[in-house]
Amino acid sequence: MKFGVIVFPGSNCDYDAYMAVKTVMQREVEFLWHRDTSLHDCDCVILPGGFSYGDYLRTGAIARFSPIMQRVVRFAQDGGLVIGICNGFQILLEAGLLPGAMLKNTSLRFICRFVHIRAENLDTPFSNRCKKGQALKIPIAHSDGNYFIPEDGLKKLKDNDQIVFRYCDVRGDVTPEANPNGSLENIAGICNQGRNVLGMMPHPERASESILGSQDGTYVFDSIIDFFEKSKQTVA
Amino acid sequence: MNTENKTKTAMVYVKLKDGVLDPQGVTIKSALENMGYDGIGDVRSGKTFRITFSPDGKRKPEEVIDEICRKLLTNPVIENYRFEISQ
Repeated sequence: MKFGVIVFPGSNCDYDAYMAVKTVMQREVEFLWHRDTSLHDCDCVILPGGFSYGDYLRTGAIARFSPIMQRVVRFAQDGGLVIGICNGFQILLEAGLLPGAMLKNTSLRFICRFVHIRAENLDTPFSNRCKKGQALKIPIAHSDGNYFIPEDGLKKLKDNDQIVFRYCDVRGDVTPEANPNGSLENIAGICNQGRNVLGMMPHPERASESILGSQDGTYVFDSIIDFFEKSKQTVA
Repeated sequence: MNTENKTKTAMVYVKLKDGVLDPQGVTIKSALENMGYDGIGDVRSGKTFRITFSPDGKRKPEEVIDEICRKLLTNPVIENYRFEISQ
């Protein structure tokens, strides 16, 4: 299985994602330049965190028009695996691959710390290795992570089980106190209806080795690899 | 002389939709109250863009600016816009 990490001007978690895949997950990985129009046969595309285009206008608003994003949109529409982390999530929202939008954190502060999240839907390519009710310790680092979606959109998300991760406390309980940024219903990560596109604000790549303070991020990468390798076996 | 091709200026005003939480607006309101201004009701933040452009004569300037607003300047999930075009 081969991963591709897109590098936008201003991406700053591209190397973290690259290293997590290469040295921790021991899978093939390649950087994909934002001006490229080819995904180089990657099986999963990672849109990393950072401040693409300086967060000008709105987070992710300009990266969305990068040449490579036209290709990512087609890849996603064809069922390809796409994961957007933090700024990558914001780009997926602006690109219309995921519903909703990000507002400034209610505290108006940049928040960089470990939080806990709980997988709400274990039946996705990104969460199948998580356990029910398990609190994953993964850091966030953002100013605009306050997820918003109008009421009818929220209903659709719930009806289709598209809420993949919610902020929770250390015990795995979803409480208002465990919500770091004001996100609607503690939403930390969502997927599209097809389940092949995920956006999440917490950084699994920054929690991929014990030396970093947590290895819980590997649940996300393990899930992706497991899903892909099993689906390949089925096809074979 | 074709006046349509003269440089025009568009002023675009973007605001958060009603009902969308505006943490900056809330914070500014609270600062104004701390400063002693009584009777502050609601503060909403927004953005303004001034775009100068030369219409190509093929499309109406209003149509082009409207498209720019929809495609790039605003996120329709959370924002509304209006614009004025002057010579």
